[in-house]
Amino acid sequence: MRNPQLNKHGELQHLLTLDGLPRDVITAILDTAAPFTEVAEREVKKLPLLRGKSIFNLFFENSTRTRTTFEIAAKRLSADVVNLNVSTSSTAKGESLLDTVDNLCAMQADMFVVRHAASGAPVLIAQHLQATARDHIHVVNAGDGRHAHPTQGLLDMYTIRHYKRDFSNLVVAIVGDVLHSRVARSQIAALTTLGVPEVRVIGPRTLLPTEVEKLGVRVFHDMSEGLRDVDVVMMLRLQNERMNGALLPTPQEYYKIWGLTQEKLALARPDAIVMHPGPMNRGVEIDSAVADGAQAVILPQVTFGIAVRMAVMSMLAGQ
Amino acid sequence: MQLPDAETLCRQLAAQMRPHVTPDTVLVGIHTGGVWLAERLQQELGLSHPPGAIDVSFYRDDYGARGLHPQPQRTEIPFAVEGAPVIIVDDVLYTGRTTRAALNELFDFGRPARVELAVLVDRGDRELPIAARYCALTLPEPLPASQNLQLEREEDGTLTLRLIDA
Repeated sequence: MRNPQLNKHGELQHLLTLDGLPRDVITAILDTAAPFTEVAEREVKKLPLLRGKSIFNLFFENSTRTRTTFEIAAKRLSADVVNLNVSTSSTAKGESLLDTVDNLCAMQADMFVVRHAASGAPVLIAQHLQATARDHIHVVNAGDGRHAHPTQGLLDMYTIRHYKRDFSNLVVAIVGDVLHSRVARSQIAALTTLGVPEVRVIGPRTLLPTEVEKLGVRVFHDMSEGLRDVDVVMMLRLQNERMNGALLPTPQEYYKIWGLTQEKLALARPDAIVMHPGPMNRGVEIDSAVADGAQAVILPQVTFGIAVRMAVMSMLAGQ
Repeated sequence: MQLPDAETLCRQLAAQMRPHVTPDTVLVGIHTGGVWLAERLQQELGLSHPPGAIDVSFYRDDYGARGLHPQPQRTEIPFAVEGAPVIIVDDVLYTGRTTRAALNELFDFGRPARVELAVLVDRGDRELPIAARYCALTLPEPLPASQNLQLEREEDGTLTLRLIDA
């Protein structure tokens, strides 16, 4: 079966997940993103590539950063961007997801950027478009359920490559609530595809998926063991709103054992970088001294995210 | 076809430009051949600013038909464009569409005092109203569209012209 993200020429048709995306496609996206970073320094922060294209931000779940950076990226490419505020939209009146999509297609949509609480919603839209022969319309997954958040994974890879140059000698640790994290799944898929020799996940048993080691990672249940000599620390947000109370005792106790402090970070390599996809819970998964410290690259991640999303959208819309 | 020596053409181009440039003239090369040429011209003409580089991938007019050009390079303009006398440098002038894209991109950095165009070879067959003020060689007959004329740089820095069947 053909990879549903690629067209018959092997080019990117939709971006749905990093799992199974070929290494050369991931590398091409990162390479394409590099020249887009420079646009932010211009007098006119705009490129004419997507002039006349309509991009719909379909956010069925709250997000500020992701929606905003997608919006900025699309606007810097000169596209027309429509943000659908779903709480006041027809969905609240009972319209189905695919009916919403069909209506927006009737308004000449060229691309959908989709965030949904249900895993697989963007895939469903992409399959619907393919089944109805609308190959000129593209879908970008902006985070679906616990499944994937591919542009976050890509911007994380861009950030690692920016600071570490090469993936082939790195030890990377992903720390925290892997169980609920689509970000972690996208990171693991990208890191293993790009040839990182050692990917670690660190967290309490209740917040790691069962058999997570089958994704090709080393599992640690102890911060001081897991962080030893790592080059990159990727913190995850403690997903408070997804908790039902039974998985961990209190945020304070979580911080004591799993929070990233200067003392724990000192176990990593001295030039290790600290990443976080945001929004951060200071004093829960990360200490303020680390979040604002010299090793943190959390704000550059946000800036690189715009360039990576520009690259993805311009590669898709040109197909 | 016997291709002319690029090094000789380069010296001729610099000689044409010399009476008209001032020390604050800035050069902007178009990737990739134009960037090599601009570096060479900046040295030969003794200009004070290092040249800028433009990759027109994001400004091409065939994006809708052909998609994004693979492996775009970084556009780098290391000087203020606002009020500057600019010379755009390219190796080969053909349809003029690349020059159009470079002009559009340049103006997103500011309003230059004036813009001129310098090329090594004019191969004819223009599709836009664009002409080079400085040109070392104009081919007597336009090249067939199936052929690609481009500048290459050897490891020791020597520039050569090559004709490739597309």
